[in-house]
Amino acid sequence: MRLLDWFRGRRSSGKEVAEQRLRLVLAHDRANISPGMLEILKDELIKVISRHLDVDPEKVEVKLTRDQHETRLVADIPLRPITRSRG
Amino acid sequence: MRGKIITISSGKGGVGKTTVTANLGLGLALLGQRVICMDADIGLRNLDVMLGLENRIVYDIINVVEGRCTLPQALVRDKRLRTLRLLPAAQTRDKSAITEADMDRIAHQAAEIADYVIIDSPAGIEHGFRYAVKPADLVLIVTNPEVAAVRDADRVIGLLEADGHVPARLIINRLKPALVRRNEMLDANSVVDLLAIGLIGIVPEDVGILAAGNRGRPVVLDEKSVAGQVFRNIARRLQGEDVPFLPLKAPSFLKRLFGAY
Ligand SMILES: Nc1ncnc2c1ncn2[C@@H]1O[C@H](COP(=O)(O)OP(=O)(O)OP(=O)(O)O)[C@@H](O)[C@H]1O
Ligand SMILES: [Mg+2]
Repeated sequence: MRLLDWFRGRRSSGKEVAEQRLRLVLAHDRANISPGMLEILKDELIKVISRHLDVDPEKVEVKLTRDQHETRLVADIPLRPITRSRG
Repeated sequence: MRGKIITISSGKGGVGKTTVTANLGLGLALLGQRVICMDADIGLRNLDVMLGLENRIVYDIINVVEGRCTLPQALVRDKRLRTLRLLPAAQTRDKSAITEADMDRIAHQAAEIADYVIIDSPAGIEHGFRYAVKPADLVLIVTNPEVAAVRDADRVIGLLEADGHVPARLIINRLKPALVRRNEMLDANSVVDLLAIGLIGIVPEDVGILAAGNRGRPVVLDEKSVAGQVFRNIARRLQGEDVPFLPLKAPSFLKRLFGAY
Protein backbone atom coordinates (compact mmCIF):
# COMPACT_ATOMS: atom_id res chain seq x y z
CA MET A 1 0.00 0.00 0.00
CA ARG A 2 2.72 2.42 1.04
CA LEU A 3 4.73 1.46 -2.02
CA LEU A 4 1.73 2.09 -4.22
CA ASP A 5 1.31 5.49 -2.62
CA TRP A 6 4.92 6.19 -3.25
CA PHE A 7 4.55 5.33 -6.93
CA ARG A 8 1.62 7.67 -7.19
CA GLY A 9 3.65 10.38 -5.57
CA ARG A 10 1.10 10.63 -2.81
CA ARG A 11 1.90 12.75 0.21
CA SER A 12 -0.09 12.61 3.44
CA SER A 13 -3.43 14.30 2.95
CA GLY A 14 -4.27 17.55 4.68
CA LYS A 15 -6.69 15.63 6.82
CA GLU A 16 -4.09 13.08 7.96
CA VAL A 17 -1.54 15.73 8.78
CA ALA A 18 -4.09 17.69 10.79
CA GLU A 19 -5.16 14.57 12.67
CA GLN A 20 -1.63 13.51 13.52
CA ARG A 21 -0.62 16.93 14.69
CA LEU A 22 -3.74 17.31 16.78
CA ARG A 23 -3.28 13.92 18.39
CA LEU A 24 0.19 14.92 19.54
CA VAL A 25 -0.69 18.46 20.59
CA LEU A 26 -3.73 17.32 22.57
CA ALA A 27 -1.74 14.61 24.34
CA HIS A 28 0.83 17.18 25.45
CA ASP A 29 -1.80 19.76 26.41
CA ARG A 30 -3.79 17.28 28.45
CA ALA A 31 -0.80 15.86 30.26
CA ASN A 32 0.56 19.37 30.72
CA ILE A 33 4.04 18.42 29.57
CA SER A 34 5.82 20.12 26.69
CA PRO A 35 7.76 18.20 24.06
CA GLY A 36 10.97 19.69 25.48
CA MET A 37 10.15 18.48 29.01
CA LEU A 38 9.53 15.04 27.59
CA GLU A 39 13.06 15.05 26.15
CA ILE A 40 14.48 15.91 29.55
CA LEU A 41 12.40 13.17 31.13
CA LYS A 42 13.74 10.75 28.54
CA ASP A 43 17.35 11.62 29.35
CA GLU A 44 16.71 11.15 33.05
CA LEU A 45 15.03 7.81 32.44
CA ILE A 46 18.00 6.64 30.41
CA LYS A 47 20.34 7.68 33.21
CA VAL A 48 18.41 5.85 35.90
CA ILE A 49 17.85 2.70 33.92
CA SER A 50 21.45 2.60 32.71
CA ARG A 51 22.52 2.09 36.31
CA HIS A 52 20.97 -1.33 36.18
CA LEU A 53 20.73 -2.30 32.54
CA ASP A 54 22.74 -1.82 29.40
CA VAL A 55 20.49 0.61 27.54
CA ASP A 56 21.06 1.77 23.99
CA PRO A 57 20.33 5.51 24.39
CA GLU A 58 20.06 6.10 20.64
CA LYS A 59 17.09 3.80 20.34
CA VAL A 60 15.08 4.88 23.36
CA GLU A 61 11.67 6.30 22.54
CA VAL A 62 9.50 8.12 25.07
CA LYS A 63 6.21 9.56 23.91
CA LEU A 64 2.69 10.41 24.93
CA THR A 65 -0.22 8.65 23.30
CA ARG A 66 -3.82 9.46 23.72
CA ASP A 67 -7.11 7.82 22.91
CA GLN A 68 -10.60 8.82 23.91
CA HIS A 69 -10.23 7.67 27.47
CA GLU A 70 -6.69 8.15 28.60
CA THR A 71 -3.32 9.62 27.95
CA ARG A 72 -0.31 7.39 28.54
CA LEU A 73 3.38 7.80 28.68
CA VAL A 74 4.90 5.07 26.54
CA ALA A 75 8.59 4.29 26.86
CA ASP A 76 10.32 1.87 24.53
CA ILE A 77 13.79 1.10 25.91
CA PRO A 78 15.79 -1.43 23.91
CA LEU A 79 18.77 -3.03 25.60
CA ARG A 80 22.10 -3.66 23.97
CA PRO A 81 22.66 -7.26 22.84
CA ILE A 82 23.40 -9.27 25.92
CA THR A 83 26.75 -10.99 26.07
CA ARG A 84 26.37 -14.27 27.85
CA SER A 85 29.90 -14.58 29.05
CA ARG A 86 29.29 -12.30 31.98
CA GLY A 87 29.35 -13.70 35.43
CA MET B 1 -40.10 25.13 36.56
CA ARG B 2 -37.27 27.39 35.49
CA GLY B 3 -35.89 27.36 31.97
CA LYS B 4 -32.67 25.77 30.82
CA ILE B 5 -29.46 27.80 30.71
CA ILE B 6 -27.20 27.04 27.76
CA THR B 7 -23.81 28.69 27.27
CA ILE B 8 -22.16 28.87 23.84
CA SER B 9 -18.39 28.74 24.21
CA SER B 10 -15.28 27.94 22.16
CA GLY B 11 -11.95 29.05 23.52
CA LYS B 12 -10.78 30.34 20.16
CA GLY B 13 -12.25 33.58 18.84
CA GLY B 14 -14.17 33.99 15.62
CA VAL B 15 -15.33 30.39 15.25
CA GLY B 16 -19.04 31.22 15.24
CA LYS B 17 -20.32 31.52 18.82
CA THR B 18 -22.44 34.59 18.19
CA THR B 19 -23.78 33.12 14.94
CA VAL B 20 -24.78 29.96 16.80
CA THR B 21 -26.36 31.89 19.67
CA ALA B 22 -28.49 34.01 17.32
CA ASN B 23 -29.61 31.08 15.20
CA LEU B 24 -30.36 28.70 18.06
CA GLY B 25 -32.19 31.44 19.95
CA LEU B 26 -34.44 32.10 16.99
CA GLY B 27 -34.62 28.37 16.18
CA LEU B 28 -36.02 27.64 19.64
CA ALA B 29 -38.36 30.62 19.39
CA LEU B 30 -39.63 29.17 16.09
CA LEU B 31 -40.60 26.09 18.08
CA GLY B 32 -42.71 28.30 20.32
CA GLN B 33 -40.24 28.46 23.18
CA ARG B 34 -39.68 31.59 25.25
CA VAL B 35 -36.02 32.44 24.76
CA ILE B 36 -33.71 35.03 26.27
CA CYS B 37 -30.37 35.48 24.50
CA MET B 38 -27.74 37.03 26.75
CA ASP B 39 -24.73 38.74 25.24
CA ALA B 40 -21.92 38.11 27.73
CA ASP B 41 -19.23 39.59 25.50
CA ILE B 42 -19.00 42.83 27.46
CA GLY B 43 -17.15 45.53 25.51
CA LEU B 44 -17.47 43.71 22.17
CA ARG B 45 -21.18 43.50 21.70
CA ASN B 46 -22.23 41.67 18.55
CA LEU B 47 -25.32 39.65 19.22
CA ASP B 48 -27.57 42.71 18.84
CA VAL B 49 -26.45 43.33 15.25
CA MET B 50 -26.53 39.64 14.34
CA LEU B 51 -30.14 39.58 15.49
CA GLY B 52 -30.94 42.95 13.89
CA LEU B 53 -32.02 44.45 17.22
CA GLU B 54 -29.32 47.09 17.67
CA ASN B 55 -31.62 50.08 17.13
CA ARG B 56 -34.00 49.25 19.93
CA ILE B 57 -31.56 48.89 22.80
CA VAL B 58 -32.10 51.13 25.81
CA TYR B 59 -30.36 49.37 28.68
CA ASP B 60 -27.69 46.70 28.93
CA ILE B 61 -26.57 43.93 31.27
CA ILE B 62 -24.28 46.20 33.31
CA ASN B 63 -27.23 48.54 33.96
CA VAL B 64 -29.03 45.50 35.37
CA VAL B 65 -26.00 44.50 37.47
CA GLU B 66 -25.74 48.02 38.85
CA GLY B 67 -29.44 48.23 39.57
CA ARG B 68 -30.19 51.11 37.19
CA CYS B 69 -33.01 49.09 35.65
CA THR B 70 -34.71 45.75 36.12
CA LEU B 71 -33.97 42.72 33.99
CA PRO B 72 -37.33 42.86 32.14
CA GLN B 73 -36.74 46.55 31.36
CA ALA B 74 -33.42 45.76 29.72
CA LEU B 75 -34.79 42.99 27.49
CA VAL B 76 -35.33 43.85 23.82
CA ARG B 77 -38.12 41.93 22.15
CA ASP B 78 -37.73 40.57 18.62
CA LYS B 79 -40.51 41.80 16.36
CA ARG B 80 -40.36 38.79 14.05
CA LEU B 81 -40.64 36.23 16.81
CA ARG B 82 -42.09 37.78 19.89
CA THR B 83 -41.02 34.97 22.20
CA LEU B 84 -37.37 35.92 21.67
CA ARG B 85 -35.75 38.59 23.81
CA LEU B 86 -32.21 39.89 23.98
CA LEU B 87 -30.25 41.07 26.99
CA PRO B 88 -27.56 43.25 25.35
CA ALA B 89 -23.97 43.48 26.51
CA ALA B 90 -22.54 46.87 27.45
CA GLN B 91 -20.35 48.25 24.71
CA THR B 92 -18.42 50.88 26.63
CA ARG B 93 -17.47 48.84 29.69
CA ASP B 94 -15.20 45.87 30.16
CA LYS B 95 -15.55 42.38 31.53
CA SER B 96 -14.35 43.31 34.99
CA ALA B 97 -17.67 45.14 35.47
CA ILE B 98 -19.38 41.82 36.05
CA THR B 99 -18.65 38.94 38.45
CA GLU B 100 -19.47 35.25 38.28
CA ALA B 101 -22.04 35.80 41.00
CA ASP B 102 -23.70 38.63 39.02
CA MET B 103 -23.93 36.45 35.94
CA ASP B 104 -25.27 33.53 37.90
CA ARG B 105 -27.94 35.65 39.50
CA ILE B 106 -29.07 37.35 36.28
CA ALA B 107 -29.11 34.15 34.23
CA HIS B 108 -31.21 32.38 36.84
CA GLN B 109 -33.53 35.36 37.07
CA ALA B 110 -33.91 35.22 33.27
CA ALA B 111 -34.58 31.48 33.47
CA GLU B 112 -37.59 32.24 35.67
CA ILE B 113 -39.30 34.00 32.77
CA ALA B 114 -38.04 31.93 29.82
CA ASP B 115 -37.85 28.32 28.67
CA TYR B 116 -34.28 28.84 27.44
CA VAL B 117 -31.55 31.29 28.37
CA ILE B 118 -28.75 31.22 25.82
CA ILE B 119 -25.50 32.89 26.79
CA ASP B 120 -23.05 34.03 24.12
CA SER B 121 -19.64 33.68 25.73
CA PRO B 122 -16.63 35.85 24.91
CA ALA B 123 -13.58 34.20 23.34
CA GLY B 124 -10.78 33.06 25.61
CA ILE B 125 -10.65 31.03 28.81
CA GLU B 126 -10.29 33.83 31.31
CA HIS B 127 -12.79 35.76 33.37
CA GLY B 128 -15.32 36.19 30.54
CA PHE B 129 -15.40 32.47 29.88
CA ARG B 130 -15.66 31.70 33.59
CA TYR B 131 -18.65 33.93 34.25
CA ALA B 132 -20.39 32.78 31.07
CA VAL B 133 -20.24 29.07 31.96
CA LYS B 134 -20.91 29.58 35.67
CA PRO B 135 -24.73 29.40 35.45
CA ALA B 136 -24.87 26.86 32.59
CA ASP B 137 -26.94 23.68 32.65
CA LEU B 138 -25.38 22.76 29.31
CA VAL B 139 -22.39 24.12 27.39
CA LEU B 140 -22.31 23.98 23.61
CA ILE B 141 -18.74 24.13 22.38
CA VAL B 142 -18.32 25.60 18.92
CA THR B 143 -15.27 24.67 16.90
CA ASN B 144 -14.06 24.75 13.31
CA PRO B 145 -12.54 21.66 11.70
CA GLU B 146 -8.96 22.97 11.91
CA VAL B 147 -6.02 22.28 14.20
CA ALA B 148 -5.96 25.50 16.24
CA ALA B 149 -9.71 25.64 16.87
CA VAL B 150 -9.94 21.96 17.87
CA ARG B 151 -7.00 22.38 20.21
CA ASP B 152 -8.68 25.30 21.96
CA ALA B 153 -11.96 23.39 22.16
CA ASP B 154 -10.08 20.58 23.91
CA ARG B 155 -8.76 23.06 26.43
CA VAL B 156 -12.28 24.30 27.15
CA ILE B 157 -13.53 20.73 27.53
CA GLY B 158 -10.65 20.08 29.93
CA LEU B 159 -11.56 23.12 32.03
CA LEU B 160 -15.22 22.11 32.16
CA GLU B 161 -14.26 18.58 33.17
CA ALA B 162 -11.99 19.90 35.89
CA ASP B 163 -14.90 21.91 37.23
CA GLY B 164 -16.90 18.75 37.42
CA HIS B 165 -20.53 18.82 36.66
CA VAL B 166 -21.78 20.57 33.55
CA PRO B 167 -22.58 18.50 30.43
CA ALA B 168 -21.16 19.68 27.11
CA ARG B 169 -21.92 19.03 23.44
CA LEU B 170 -20.02 19.92 20.30
CA ILE B 171 -21.03 22.02 17.29
CA ILE B 172 -18.68 21.80 14.32
CA ASN B 173 -19.02 24.99 12.30
CA ARG B 174 -17.75 25.92 8.83
CA LEU B 175 -17.26 22.41 7.53
CA LYS B 176 -16.54 22.40 3.81
CA PRO B 177 -17.95 19.17 2.37
CA ALA B 178 -15.96 19.48 -0.87
CA LEU B 179 -12.67 19.65 1.04
CA VAL B 180 -13.67 16.80 3.32
CA ARG B 181 -14.42 14.64 0.31
CA ARG B 182 -10.98 15.35 -1.08
CA ASN B 183 -9.41 14.54 2.31
CA GLU B 184 -8.07 18.05 2.58
CA MET B 185 -9.95 18.92 5.75
CA LEU B 186 -10.68 17.26 9.07
CA ASP B 187 -14.06 15.56 8.91
CA ALA B 188 -16.65 15.54 11.66
CA ASN B 189 -15.76 12.01 12.75
CA SER B 190 -12.12 12.74 13.39
CA VAL B 191 -12.95 15.90 15.34
CA VAL B 192 -15.44 14.01 17.49
CA ASP B 193 -12.92 11.18 18.01
CA LEU B 194 -10.17 13.56 19.04
CA LEU B 195 -12.33 15.55 21.42
CA ALA B 196 -14.31 12.59 22.76
CA ILE B 197 -17.50 14.56 23.27
CA GLY B 198 -21.04 14.19 21.94
CA LEU B 199 -21.92 16.00 18.72
CA ILE B 200 -25.10 18.05 18.40
CA GLY B 201 -24.64 19.70 15.00
CA ILE B 202 -22.49 20.16 11.93
CA VAL B 203 -22.90 23.54 10.24
CA PRO B 204 -21.52 23.86 6.71
CA GLU B 205 -19.59 26.84 5.45
CA ASP B 206 -22.25 29.07 3.94
CA VAL B 207 -21.88 32.55 2.45
CA GLY B 208 -25.47 33.13 3.44
CA ILE B 209 -24.31 33.35 7.06
CA LEU B 210 -22.12 36.35 6.36
CA ALA B 211 -24.92 38.04 4.45
CA ALA B 212 -27.36 37.21 7.24
CA GLY B 213 -25.05 38.80 9.78
CA ASN B 214 -24.86 41.93 7.70
CA ARG B 215 -28.62 42.16 7.33
CA GLY B 216 -29.46 41.19 10.89
CA ARG B 217 -31.58 38.30 9.72
CA PRO B 218 -30.08 34.94 10.81
CA VAL B 219 -30.26 32.05 8.31
CA VAL B 220 -32.48 30.00 10.59
CA LEU B 221 -35.34 32.27 9.43
CA ASP B 222 -34.66 31.36 5.81
CA GLU B 223 -36.57 28.20 4.99
CA LYS B 224 -34.48 27.41 1.95
CA SER B 225 -31.08 27.73 3.66
CA VAL B 226 -29.30 24.44 4.41
CA ALA B 227 -27.41 26.04 7.29
CA GLY B 228 -30.80 27.30 8.49
CA GLN B 229 -32.12 23.74 8.42
CA VAL B 230 -29.10 22.60 10.43
CA PHE B 231 -29.87 25.18 13.12
CA ARG B 232 -33.56 24.26 13.17
CA ASN B 233 -32.50 20.64 13.67
CA ILE B 234 -30.14 21.51 16.52
CA ALA B 235 -32.97 23.43 18.18
CA ARG B 236 -35.15 20.33 17.98
CA ARG B 237 -32.34 18.19 19.42
CA LEU B 238 -32.12 20.61 22.33
CA GLN B 239 -35.82 19.99 22.81
CA GLY B 240 -35.01 16.31 23.24
CA GLU B 241 -36.07 15.17 19.79
CA ASP B 242 -33.99 12.56 18.00
CA VAL B 243 -33.29 14.26 14.67
CA PRO B 244 -31.02 12.51 12.14
CA PHE B 245 -27.99 14.42 10.87
CA LEU B 246 -28.33 15.98 7.42
CA PRO B 247 -26.10 14.56 4.72
CA LEU B 248 -23.86 17.46 3.75
CA LYS B 249 -23.41 17.75 0.04
CA ALA B 250 -20.68 19.70 -1.64
CA PRO B 251 -22.02 22.65 -3.63
CA SER B 252 -22.51 21.88 -7.29
CA PHE B 253 -19.90 22.71 -9.86
CA LEU B 254 -22.08 25.49 -11.29
CA LYS B 255 -22.59 27.09 -7.92
CA ARG B 256 -18.86 27.08 -7.33
CA LEU B 257 -18.25 28.46 -10.80
CA PHE B 258 -20.54 31.38 -10.13
CA GLY B 259 -18.94 32.07 -6.81
CA ALA B 260 -21.73 31.03 -4.54
CA TYR B 261 -19.07 29.36 -2.41
N1 LIG C 1 -20.90 28.49 8.86
C1 LIG C 1 -20.38 29.68 8.46
N2 LIG C 1 -20.20 29.95 7.14
C2 LIG C 1 -19.68 31.13 6.75
N3 LIG C 1 -19.33 32.12 7.60
C3 LIG C 1 -19.51 31.92 8.91
C4 LIG C 1 -20.03 30.70 9.42
N4 LIG C 1 -20.08 30.81 10.77
C5 LIG C 1 -19.61 32.01 11.09
N5 LIG C 1 -19.25 32.70 9.99
C6 LIG C 1 -18.67 34.05 9.93
O1 LIG C 1 -17.54 34.09 10.77
C7 LIG C 1 -17.44 35.34 11.42
C8 LIG C 1 -17.30 35.15 12.91
O2 LIG C 1 -18.49 34.61 13.43
P1 LIG C 1 -19.01 34.95 14.89
O3 LIG C 1 -18.98 36.42 15.12
O4 LIG C 1 -20.27 34.23 15.10
O5 LIG C 1 -17.83 34.27 15.74
P2 LIG C 1 -17.58 34.40 17.31
O6 LIG C 1 -17.07 33.07 17.75
O7 LIG C 1 -18.78 34.91 18.00
O8 LIG C 1 -16.42 35.48 17.35
P3 LIG C 1 -15.84 36.22 18.69
O9 LIG C 1 -14.93 35.22 19.32
O10 LIG C 1 -15.11 37.40 18.15
O11 LIG C 1 -17.00 36.57 19.54
C9 LIG C 1 -18.67 36.12 11.03
O12 LIG C 1 -18.32 37.02 10.02
C10 LIG C 1 -19.62 35.08 10.48
O13 LIG C 1 -20.44 35.61 9.46
MG1 LIG D 1 -18.98 36.61 19.32
